[in-house]
Amino acid sequence: MTKDITAEQIWDFLEDVKDPEVPVLTVVDLGVVREVNKQKNGRWQILITPTYSGCPAMQVIEEDIKERLQKEELEVDVKLVLSPAWTTDWLSEEGKRKLEEYGIAPPQDEVDKSVLFGDKTIVPCPLCKSKNTKMVSQFGSTACKAHYKCNDCLEPFDYFKCLK
Amino acid sequence: MTKQEALFEYLLRRADDTLILGHRLSEWCGHGPILEEDIALTNLALDLVGQATELYQYAAKVEDKGRDEDDLAFLRLEREYKNVLLVEQTNGDFGKTIVRQFLFDHFQILLYERLMESKDEQIAAIAAKSIKEVKYHLKHSSEWVIRLGDGTEESHNRVQESVTDLSRFIDELFYQDEVDELLIKEGVACDTSEFRSTYDANIKAVLDEATLSLPKEKWQLDGGRKGIHSEHLGYLLAELQYVQRTHPGMEW
Ligand SMILES: [Zn+2]
Repeated sequence: MTKDITAEQIWDFLEDVKDPEVPVLTVVDLGVVREVNKQKNGRWQILITPTYSGCPAMQVIEEDIKERLQKEELEVDVKLVLSPAWTTDWLSEEGKRKLEEYGIAPPQDEVDKSVLFGDKTIVPCPLCKSKNTKMVSQFGSTACKAHYKCNDCLEPFDYFKCLK
Repeated sequence: MTKQEALFEYLLRRADDTLILGHRLSEWCGHGPILEEDIALTNLALDLVGQATELYQYAAKVEDKGRDEDDLAFLRLEREYKNVLLVEQTNGDFGKTIVRQFLFDHFQILLYERLMESKDEQIAAIAAKSIKEVKYHLKHSSEWVIRLGDGTEESHNRVQESVTDLSRFIDELFYQDEVDELLIKEGVACDTSEFRSTYDANIKAVLDEATLSLPKEKWQLDGGRKGIHSEHLGYLLAELQYVQRTHPGMEW
């Protein structure tokens, strides 16, 4: 437990922990790991923040982080923080690339959701890259996704929607 | 009343609103009119129950009597729930569920906008987190109000009936008493009367677009904030609490 280890190494270990709902992303790509700190008592503390309030993956993520670091014989405290609130801006560029490869359209710059009747966001199809796509529903298979359809290749696809 | 007691009560009111509405929406699971809406309504339910969890966790901490968020959600009696009457009203048809959601979302967004500025850091954090979700809810409910109101004669008449029926519960959303007064002075809560006219204008803009209107007479009901509920809440709680009452402390 008092092994000489740096915060950078811990961040590296955390790259092995996947988002249970979108397993192509690591918890670091997703931006849910906010801080890695050494506490006064010598234990490491990992701060994580939920994507959505009701996200059922948070408990699993907490367990997986502890399990991964136990392999390094590290006992850590994982703390859930709400502020500042998670945003899709924290998704890494690497994460966005992996999402698209996996068949999920990454978040696009969008108009503010509170503006009713605003312009529709163009979400390119992750499969054929066509911009001729249509939103089927703002709500999809998990809290973080919307459901789209491509008008050209006709495939349905998930869109990792913006949260700002 | 101490500040601690007022804060506990204030948090319960907020948490109960989101839990009860979240539970109502979850009743649509497997019963939505189309698959996309089945998924949408259960997504809303998940967000609301998630917000309730954050609020109950904080309420339990403020109360400091050894209860946790599950005790507060599952093990109180009907009169101890402090949600507004609107959220416990039955689902009715899809249009009624949408109108109930629409009236609530427009209130929540204005409330959270102000609570983000609360001097209480935890309330500000919960509000800042929740408002991002409520923006999606509000867009969803408002667009459906327009689609149904300005739709067929059948959809128009049915959704107009729900607007007339549920408008009785609007004033109660803005209900305030000594709990709010104490916390407004402390900079923790916000004064809901400050955004009543904005609320009225916002819902009117959507209702106009939807060719719907609020009824002229202003007969209003309240009681929820004091634990005096409509007959519907008891049945809802019977289902919500069943597992914890039958198998106390059960986890899975
Ligand atoms: Zn395509």
